[in-house]
Amino acid sequence: MTLLPEPGTLGGEPVIAAPASRQRLLRRLLKDPVAAVSLAILGLVVLASAAAPLLTAHDPAGSNVAHALAPAGGAHPLGTDGVGRDVLARLLYGGRTSLLGTALATAVAVLLGVPLGLVAGYFRGWFDGVASWSANLVMSVPAIILLLVVLGSVGQNTYVAMAVFGLLMAPGVFRLVRGLVNAVREELYVDAARVSGLSDGRIIRRHILRVVQAPVIIQAVQILGIGILIQSGLEFLGLGSSGKASWGAMLNDAFGNIYTKPVLLLWPGLAIGLTVAASGLLGNALTDALFGGAAGRSRKRRSAKPVKRSVGEDRPTSLPLPRLSGDELLVVEDLKVTYPKDDGETIVVDRVGLTVRRGEVLGLVGESGSGKSQTAFAVLGLLPAEARTTARRLVFDGTELGTSDRGRTRQALRGRRIGYVPQEPMSNLDPSFRIGSQLAEPMRRHLGLSRSEAKEKALALLERVGIADPARVYTSYPHQISGGMAQRVLIAAAVSCDPDLLVADEPTTALDVTVQAEVLDLMRSLQQERRMGMILVTHDFGVVADICDRVAVMQNGRIVEAAPARDLFAAPTHPYTRMLLDSTLEDSEPRRPLGTTGTEQGADA
Amino acid sequence: MSAVPADLTRHHGPDKDPADDGPLLSVDGLVVEYPGKRRKVPFRALKGVSLTIGAGETLGLVGESGSGKTTLGRAILGLAPVTHGTITFRGRGISHLGKRERRALGEDIQVVFQDPYTSLNPALTIDDILTEPLLVTGVSGRDARARVRELLHQVRLPADAGARLPREFSGGQRQRIAIARALSRSPRLIVCDEPVSALDLSNQARVLDLLVEIQERTSVAYLFVTHDLSVVRHISHRVAVMYHGEIVETGTAASVTGQPQHPYTQKLLLAAPVPHPARQAERRAARRELTARESASMKAGSA
Repeated sequence: MTLLPEPGTLGGEPVIAAPASRQRLLRRLLKDPVAAVSLAILGLVVLASAAAPLLTAHDPAGSNVAHALAPAGGAHPLGTDGVGRDVLARLLYGGRTSLLGTALATAVAVLLGVPLGLVAGYFRGWFDGVASWSANLVMSVPAIILLLVVLGSVGQNTYVAMAVFGLLMAPGVFRLVRGLVNAVREELYVDAARVSGLSDGRIIRRHILRVVQAPVIIQAVQILGIGILIQSGLEFLGLGSSGKASWGAMLNDAFGNIYTKPVLLLWPGLAIGLTVAASGLLGNALTDALFGGAAGRSRKRRSAKPVKRSVGEDRPTSLPLPRLSGDELLVVEDLKVTYPKDDGETIVVDRVGLTVRRGEVLGLVGESGSGKSQTAFAVLGLLPAEARTTARRLVFDGTELGTSDRGRTRQALRGRRIGYVPQEPMSNLDPSFRIGSQLAEPMRRHLGLSRSEAKEKALALLERVGIADPARVYTSYPHQISGGMAQRVLIAAAVSCDPDLLVADEPTTALDVTVQAEVLDLMRSLQQERRMGMILVTHDFGVVADICDRVAVMQNGRIVEAAPARDLFAAPTHPYTRMLLDSTLEDSEPRRPLGTTGTEQGADA
Repeated sequence: MSAVPADLTRHHGPDKDPADDGPLLSVDGLVVEYPGKRRKVPFRALKGVSLTIGAGETLGLVGESGSGKTTLGRAILGLAPVTHGTITFRGRGISHLGKRERRALGEDIQVVFQDPYTSLNPALTIDDILTEPLLVTGVSGRDARARVRELLHQVRLPADAGARLPREFSGGQRQRIAIARALSRSPRLIVCDEPVSALDLSNQARVLDLLVEIQERTSVAYLFVTHDLSVVRHISHRVAVMYHGEIVETGTAASVTGQPQHPYTQKLLLAAPVPHPARQAERRAARRELTARESASMKAGSA
């Protein structure tokens, strides 16, 4: 068993080879059948329109009234329309008009929206004000009416109409880009580039454009689809360039002959429908490919860093199970948490055994990815759905919790008899509800209190956790209180139903040291007052020394050492524990002042 | 490395430049205000801060969130607006530089940010990230890449790390990359904004040792911003304590973290838990005593 990262691999982490991301995107896109089919359809439409003269000898505008409404077959594979024009030729040449028109609209929208959005988002100031105001103005103009006015004054021209349509779509692109730039310019890597001395133009080119790219492509594909619809609509109304074959004009003609030859509606309808649907679906598929799609699996798994280890590898459990004395509140034996992956599974918690007695604080210590939080979540039954949990025993106060049953038993206990204090106080309060209702609701549900009883108890709890003005906090929203106060509120919530066991996941990591000290004091006094058992997950040995009775040190999903806190700090036995304790800087020598520069007595006053 | 031009590897010993006679950096009466929204009073993040940093020196800047310590670092970097006061670097005022002059200062003042995940552009390879500050100065691509190899070696990353993307590295490794980027133009001062607080314990110690080693070799000065007194004691020659936008105490690392004078520093020190149960119990008792004294004197004051 290797415990310390080998000197060669700093941080002990393997480094994988980088795949070229662009190539991967295309491959990922083609793997998605919807995207492949959509791309094929769009490609076919473009090709057929481009190769129109090769595919048909007929003139799309050449009418021959003698052959009006001829059936399909012979010289006219799809027949002729109401004035005897070849349907296939009109379909192919019409594709050119439709595609060029919508491409023009998209180009106008992107070419206007992207640069303006970049400048407004990056430089802000007066330009941003003017541009945003104009964008809002254009967005509020009813598009169809404006198009009709323009066509009325310049005459019927498809391309003019589509250019105006592009102008109308530009604010959408502008706002998208501006929003993205606004977010990216706050990124630290952009600050770092500024400090490095990069000019604004260079920063935009290197750092900002990359972020803007993908969403703009997706939006462009969507505009492409909408453009075809709008254009066909205008042409159907007879507002397109006269004499030019187009899908919309074909629809118009077919509509005139709907009783005599309804099949004429089919071809332009099919062309429009397929192209629009294909571009819409392609847009969705692109979004999935670029942003990981709806699954978003990587985000859900909190800090679970997989332990790279082959499945089935069997080693004896590193620790003998603690002898049970009978008054254990929680007994966990052989707990294992795995996540499925492409080939087999990754083990994040491996044969962990632990016990917590009433009135005892157990510290679960380890570095990121050690599996400490996953262990705590497994006890709580809060792991994501794809996690597989197994355990020989998982007994809480005499009741077997079971691991397969994610629902009933644990749900009944969670909140009621097992309380949970999370790491990020702010993200664990619902911003749209007042603190009071978030505190009172679980008590009404679990303890069956009336509204006024629950409020009374909530106010008492807020006072108990050291909040100076409980009544004000009770009616406040989460954003109105500080992080330290929010953590106190969450502790109040965790103990509100008088649980027997409290699971705290890095409860003070997000807090300032002075606040941390107060919160730890609070947790200790509540725990002693109510004789609760407690599992405290932390990476901070100072916190462990402050509050824990017993400590279990985790590494790579396993407990490598467990001992009473005093023994562990006095005589750590496992090399990994020793390495961690040696890394704490508490007893390191303070650095000596730099005596020689003569700049010590500066303006420090 | 012979391929590297001399100006890319300059070392700042105690050299003869007259600009080096005074302190490397001095901040005098610095006030930073952020405009309030809709006619509200502006928020004053720094209320007249003064300090100096000598060449090759580490000044630790400790404080809690909202104390203004990060703002001070950002003001020195030109990323926060200076309302009043002056920042002088090698005898020259830098608090109100034009864009071009500010960019030129990238040669001398660099930064390492707290979060190694957002301080590296996820879309760029390590090579691109590290050559970026070099190419700005007109260094040829080949010289820049040679310098990058040297930098990677300095921060003890494998030489082939350059072709990879940030996401393939752990937090500690990323922070080394950020340090390499800061070092690329051999600056005289690096503002380190909580560079180790996002790291695991074992990585934290390694990165700190790396920073000390680099300083001893290149005489770079650090403004080391952190909330952790044990970190600051380990790396700083001198320590300044910030509280509500003001510096309340300065002194050597040993005196500020050993016998703090200001009540806030005392509170800060007693609040930091010691990784030792018996000593932590003592410290906790001392902290409670201090809090009790404080509230007693507050009562006496209000009575």
